[in-house]
Amino acid sequence: MTRTRGIIWTRVALIVGAVGLIELLCRLGVIKSLTMIAPSQMALELARMIASGELTAPAAYTFTEVGTAFAVSVVAGGALGALVHVHPRLRHALDPLLVSWYAVPFFVFYPLLVALFGLNALPLIAIGVIFAAPAMMLSTLAGLDRVPRVMRKVARVHRLSRVQEVRLITLPSAAPHLFTGLKLAFAYSFIGIIAGEFILSGGGLGYGIAYAYESFENRTMYALMLFVLLIATGVNGALHIWDGRLARRRGRT
Amino acid sequence: MMRFVDAVAIVAAILLIWLGLYAYAGDVAITSPLRTFVFAAELLSRASFWNHVGATMAAFAMALAISAVAGVALGLVLGMRRFAGEVAEPILSSLYTIPKVTLYPVMLLIFGLGMSAKVAFGVIHGMIPVMLFTMAAAKNIQPVLLRTARVLRLSPTQTALSVLAPAVTPEIITGLRVGFALTLLGVLIGEMFASQRGLGFLIINGIEVHDVRMTTTVTLLVVVFAVAANGLMLALDRRAHHFA
Repeated sequence: MTRTRGIIWTRVALIVGAVGLIELLCRLGVIKSLTMIAPSQMALELARMIASGELTAPAAYTFTEVGTAFAVSVVAGGALGALVHVHPRLRHALDPLLVSWYAVPFFVFYPLLVALFGLNALPLIAIGVIFAAPAMMLSTLAGLDRVPRVMRKVARVHRLSRVQEVRLITLPSAAPHLFTGLKLAFAYSFIGIIAGEFILSGGGLGYGIAYAYESFENRTMYALMLFVLLIATGVNGALHIWDGRLARRRGRT
Repeated sequence: MMRFVDAVAIVAAILLIWLGLYAYAGDVAITSPLRTFVFAAELLSRASFWNHVGATMAAFAMALAISAVAGVALGLVLGMRRFAGEVAEPILSSLYTIPKVTLYPVMLLIFGLGMSAKVAFGVIHGMIPVMLFTMAAAKNIQPVLLRTARVLRLSPTQTALSVLAPAVTPEIITGLRVGFALTLLGVLIGEMFASQRGLGFLIINGIEVHDVRMTTTVTLLVVVFAVAANGLMLALDRRAHHFA
């Protein structure tokens, strides 16, 4: 236990030290304020933007998009994974497509998607789904592959109905992989949408950063960046802790 | 034979989707497959196009070299030192989930416009996955291998060359494959914002001057290159895992 604590404290010290160093360098003028503003100033500006309500509209816009893309990816990716799992022939055929999926730099499609759907939220959600759904699908396949054979036999011996089997046997066995799928689907839809907004869009957090950058509003830009950073690490950290808890509970039973 | 049929089926399905999009949106958004192929052939015979390819490849090669060397070196150190590794891992995996595109202005402010910003952008995308895979490989070396090396009284150099290197190579190749794809992505995005040369520039410029044919064709060429490179590395990857 002391070791775990040591690790956590070292990690905290490392992060605090790094932020402190940047703060110091900015305050001493080693890093010019045109390049980067001090972290404390970023935090103050962010607090001001939240308080004045400036942040509400772009944040709501981005979160709606990310939420939609995440939900669609999880449902579609999970369903496709389950479908492909019961048809090995189809899976074999799709294999080359799936292994090269993440080699394709999808952002190059974004201009095409804008031309297809127009400059609104739809191409952004599409790129989020294109980016996130295969990760969910691959995780679902991995999870279903790891349901022990003997468990399926137990289900048959107990004459479980199809629904019961899924609820009592399949889902609990596949859970760790499904959870990884959720984590990846969130990260990828978030990355895809913020990047899309940054490249070509009329609203949201990514657009706000690009706009502030182009009009030399360093304070706004860094405050928004800090916000995106905090959201990404916050959600990631929460999922990490939840995952650890689930793993411990599985270990007990 | 079956694999051949599958490949044909996949290519046919992609072409059908493409045709469907073309029928839906028309010439203002996307060009038809046939016209794209014809234009691709024409582009490939133009010297000016190869200048853009050269610019992208130069930045990509440099970024990949830095990601690979620094990523493997840091990954090995963090993997061998258990405490440092456990401290670093969650930090690295949250860095991996940050939408790094938003850091682009910072990169520009630090490195200025041009080559070094593109390379830096490729590196921040590609280095972390290489580090994470290398770290996992070094951490998971079976202790019995190291004990055997000690029993056989191998020198540290001999241990590194004949025990450590073969044990971690397969995982590192997987990491490099992922890093390769992400570095390419980073460099291309870099070119889309702040560059006058390179393939990313051609794509975004095509949108700005409504040259749909250029955007579609360069996108196709980039995708074909990425998939082909990934296929080669995947073959290498599978061999390495097979022999290990």
